[in-house]
Amino acid sequence: MGKTLFDKIWDRHVVQNVEDGPTQLYIDRLYAHEVTSPQAFDTLRDKGIKAFRPQKVVAMPDHNTPSDQQERIDDPIGRKQVETLKANCEEFGIRHFAMGTHDNGIIHVVGPEKGLSLPGMTIVCGDSHTSTHGAVGAIAMGIGTSEVAQVLASQCILQSKPKTMRINIEGELQSGVVAKDVALYIMAQMTTSGATGYAVEYAGSTVRNMSMEGRLTLSNLSIEMGSRAGIIAPDETTFEYLKNREYAPKGDAWNAAVEAWKQLVSDDDAVFDKEVTFRAEDIAPRITYGTNPGAGIAIDGTIPTMDSLSEAEQVQLRGMLDYMQFEPGEKLEGHPVDYVFLGACTNGRIEDFRAFASVVKGRKKAENVVAWLVPGSWMVRDQIIAEGIDRVLDEAGFELRLPSCSSCLAMNPDKVPAGKLAISTSNRNFVGRQGPGARTILASPLTVAASAITGVITDPRKI
Amino acid sequence: MKEKFDIIRSTCIPIEIDNNNTDNIIPARYLAFTTRDPKFYGDAFMHDLRYDANNEPVADFIMNKPEFSEAPRKGVHEIIIGGQNWGSGSSREHAAWAIAGYGVRVVISNSFADIHRNNLLNCFVLPVVVSRDFQLELFETVKANPQAEVLVDIPNQTVTNMTTGHSESFPINKYKKYCLMNAFDDIDFLLNNQQKIVEWENR
Repeated sequence: MGKTLFDKIWDRHVVQNVEDGPTQLYIDRLYAHEVTSPQAFDTLRDKGIKAFRPQKVVAMPDHNTPSDQQERIDDPIGRKQVETLKANCEEFGIRHFAMGTHDNGIIHVVGPEKGLSLPGMTIVCGDSHTSTHGAVGAIAMGIGTSEVAQVLASQCILQSKPKTMRINIEGELQSGVVAKDVALYIMAQMTTSGATGYAVEYAGSTVRNMSMEGRLTLSNLSIEMGSRAGIIAPDETTFEYLKNREYAPKGDAWNAAVEAWKQLVSDDDAVFDKEVTFRAEDIAPRITYGTNPGAGIAIDGTIPTMDSLSEAEQVQLRGMLDYMQFEPGEKLEGHPVDYVFLGACTNGRIEDFRAFASVVKGRKKAENVVAWLVPGSWMVRDQIIAEGIDRVLDEAGFELRLPSCSSCLAMNPDKVPAGKLAISTSNRNFVGRQGPGARTILASPLTVAASAITGVITDPRKI
Repeated sequence: MKEKFDIIRSTCIPIEIDNNNTDNIIPARYLAFTTRDPKFYGDAFMHDLRYDANNEPVADFIMNKPEFSEAPRKGVHEIIIGGQNWGSGSSREHAAWAIAGYGVRVVISNSFADIHRNNLLNCFVLPVVVSRDFQLELFETVKANPQAEVLVDIPNQTVTNMTTGHSESFPINKYKKYCLMNAFDDIDFLLNNQQKIVEWENR
């Protein structure tokens, strides 16, 4: 029987299988940010040990960094956390991309664009959206802080091998429909726990035709249906994206690497524990209406009605809609919004800014809307400026901010006020996610752009 | 935090919320701290459902009802009965620190998110997976009688509703069971296996 792509990479990294226990898995790359690492470094200090392979670790602050200026962090607690990361990196000899330098950005944007995440690798970070890096053809998984300490101490983690699932998406996407819509659609079909216990591989013609940025968005959202990993077989699109990146192999080493990476595909006779197929033509621009990312509809659809649901589902829907201040059966297209957010590890890449700009070009931002446009990294920001996208945004009344996780999770000044409604390219619409009491609708950069112009939830196909 | 596991017999807190994500279990603003103080995180457990914007207890939230508000101690509220898909979302181990810091030793659900389940184990909180039917029975029993006890027997891998006498076995691998019963960490195992890691690197 053939092997899946996930199995191939996993098997190559097995140090040992513990008897009636987990696998000891070797990790090629640990990313560390300021939020989930301080207590891990404390563990090493407690034990009096050094980082085992510090050259395989890359750290940068992203969650606490402000997006309006990066001279200082006003909040003393956030500032201390960012300073602690820097001090820990100095103490343990770890590469650190400091706030405000052009190496910095959101880890899940910076890793792939610097060629630090490569096909065939095992990659972990104390962050559930580490699944993003799977788009380059790597096993990439979020871990907890105890596990961060384990990797710092041994370059290994102990994990039970997940089951495998292949999600095929076939066909051509409609105009106005992008990777974010595909992910939101799959999530609504699968539910937020539909892939728990599995590592997902995305395949099919729709995925093959996606840009690298689109694939990174798709893999990023794997965790929102419970899968820790969302892997995509590397191909010419991957190699083209990675070639000449700062940390990617160069010259003969590059050619040899590409030859090896071409073997990173699921065998034709590989058997997955579960396999599902979706059709691209069924997918419209998507929005969420509830407080988990699976609670979504087509933008021109309506919120489910109570009579279509079981008693338990009714309780859950009522709770979600009470918070969101929506009604069962309501159509959300045309509903006023207060905030728009373009950015996050989901949609903070150059293609997302190009998409946003393509909609707002020659138009004006709605006056009732506060807009935060936050590149995922300095590299993205520099490219936005190099392509003149910043001028398009400026003419349309938008301000380009500085790289940060920003309004994705309310750990920096970009918080949505209580009761306000945001339409956002981020990844989670949980209660209070963008600020206590804030209400979040998840959508694509195109939908967010269209809504920023009209001030109401707007179908990007209709503007 | 690292107390050896054997048999736990305790009253329970029923938190009947499906998809109780880790943002609920501990809001992001508590993640900016660098402390490891269990009480700090324990006090923040389920904070924004327990307390309103003025930091006043929300009267109708289950943990604030008099019969469930007592902080866990031996035999009392050491077990949470949780909703489906417990701990989904963010990988923040702070959520497991909050549960452990509050004093809880066991969370029972029919399903756990993968990252959070590992985090619980690394914090010496035992996630116990039961059937949906048994989960619903436990909710019913505990809501009807807050003094009802549940017995979790780690050596025999069974969980028993002491009111009905119904029992189920739960899965846990031999390695992890040994860890829990001997207060042994994964990091210690890995440090003891450094030679194997170097051999793998040089293979």
